[in-house]
Amino acid sequence: MSDQKPILEFRDINTHYGAVHILKEVNLAIYPGEMVCLLGGNASGKSTTLKTLLGMVTPTSGEVVLDGEVVNDKPTSYRVERGITMVPENRRLFKRLSVLENLQLGAYLRTDKDGVERDLERIYSMFPRVKERLSQKAGTLSGGEQQMVAMGRALMADPRVLLMDEPSMGLAPSLVRTNFELIQQIHEEGIAIFMVEQNANMALSLADRGWVLQTGRVVLDDTADALLANPELRKSYLGEA
Amino acid sequence: MNDFLQLCFAGMALGARYALVALGFVVIHRATGVINFAQGSIVALGAYFAFNAHQTWGLPFLLAAIIAVAGCAVVGIIVERLLLRKMSGQPVFSVIMITIGLLFVIDQIITMIWGQDAQNLGDPWGIDTVEAGEIVLAVVDLWAIGLAFLVVGAFFLFFRYSSTGLAMRAVAIDEEAAMARGISVRRVVATAWAIAGSVAAVAGITLASGPAALRPSVGLIALAAFPAMILGGLDSPLGAVLGGFIIGITQTLTAGYQPAHASWLGQDFQSVTPYAVMILILLIRPHGLFGTKEVERL
Ligand SMILES: Nc1ncnc2c1ncn2[C@@H]1O[C@H](COP(=O)(O)OP(=O)(O)OP(=O)(O)O)[C@@H](O)[C@H]1O
Ligand SMILES: [Mg+2]
Repeated sequence: MSDQKPILEFRDINTHYGAVHILKEVNLAIYPGEMVCLLGGNASGKSTTLKTLLGMVTPTSGEVVLDGEVVNDKPTSYRVERGITMVPENRRLFKRLSVLENLQLGAYLRTDKDGVERDLERIYSMFPRVKERLSQKAGTLSGGEQQMVAMGRALMADPRVLLMDEPSMGLAPSLVRTNFELIQQIHEEGIAIFMVEQNANMALSLADRGWVLQTGRVVLDDTADALLANPELRKSYLGEA
Repeated sequence: MNDFLQLCFAGMALGARYALVALGFVVIHRATGVINFAQGSIVALGAYFAFNAHQTWGLPFLLAAIIAVAGCAVVGIIVERLLLRKMSGQPVFSVIMITIGLLFVIDQIITMIWGQDAQNLGDPWGIDTVEAGEIVLAVVDLWAIGLAFLVVGAFFLFFRYSSTGLAMRAVAIDEEAAMARGISVRRVVATAWAIAGSVAAVAGITLASGPAALRPSVGLIALAAFPAMILGGLDSPLGAVLGGFIIGITQTLTAGYQPAHASWLGQDFQSVTPYAVMILILLIRPHGLFGTKEVERL
């Protein structure tokens, strides 16, 4: 990866909610086409990391760098336009809007009508179920179907980096594996994946590299294989005594 | 029977004006969840802008109306920019109190500039009437009804088919999720306030032109438009129009029949009917006639 420049970087990022210090001196980098994961316990700052990357939370110090440019004071729309997209925690579909409208909102900033049409077709072939339910209100879909729409909505932005906040949360165990296969498939199309997961085993078996966050600080930063073998991590996150 | 039809028509004409006021409430509520109590004074401001452009500057009525519409759009944007944006994330109660305060401030500004006396906004509609069978339809009333339908039609197309309209609905449902899609929440909210201002000006002009006189109190009609909006269900443009008609018709029917048939209800009972109808319908349908209940599945 070192021959390429990262798409997205954190340089010594600190984030606060009011007076509460959440992210502490966090450094990370996402390179084109790779799959990386961020692990960490509850309330360790994983979602905050994603929101800071996307510009929904402004860091108190440090730099968020996109394609070599410091984008701290650029709005979320600027980053979405440049290919950064998120599947948020709990998916956050627009429940009262139709499935099609949710997909259209994914492409909100795009001006290439033909490309949008093509991506819609691509999503229909990826998820035939979604195509059958275009006019249904998103809130009435099953959990698995909602996940498909959430992925589809993100892909409609034609992203280079897909940020995923606990994509397997709330899915039936049988769907978790399908969902990871889907992520793998998206990754193989050349989209970089930055995944936040509680399911550390599964995430690390797919990822190239990973970070472990503990109360807002990066405590481990290594290749996925090394992390899988790390006794500390095995003890705290992989459920081994 | 003819009396009855005549009253119903007058009720529709009144209701159309309520509807135009209510549509302004609806668009802001739909995009931001705020109920803007100052809407009524922006209605009055629109009428006075048109008065100023038409009577003081001597511009043609249509041009004056366009200036009023644009002027109120700007007022909407300024109000949002200076006051409401600062309040984002604050308790809804405080936000609502600010809009109530603003109602009185704008009213005061209006009397400072244009005075208390009744003015003549002008009468582009004339006193022409059309006869339909036995009932007489005033052209000015037909205009009001037509404009209400025109505006609600435009709203429908805007929310349904335009990308900004879709973004506005998304922001109303989940601001943060909308932001994550790259939607500029600020721009969407500013657009909603601009639209509400424009509709307020149209409402003000139809309320204060023709046979009616222009007084600062024209904004008070918003108080009767309020039940129309609640009835329609707060976030439904079509509901606002139907709510307006229901309130308007009950009001004119009450004014027409109550003094002779139920005089024990007291004088001026028709000014209470909008609220009586509102209470009744809310008891039966708490979300209004067309309000959306959350569609959720966990
Ligand atoms: N908008 C906010 N305002 C104030 N505090 C917040 C806000 N969002 C998150 N926090 C706090 O910041 C801390 C980190 O939250 P964050 O959502 O980043 O954790 P997380 O690692 O994603 O947790 P989880 O695994 O439970 O999703 C938590 O203590 C949380 O309560
Ligand atoms: Mg989280």
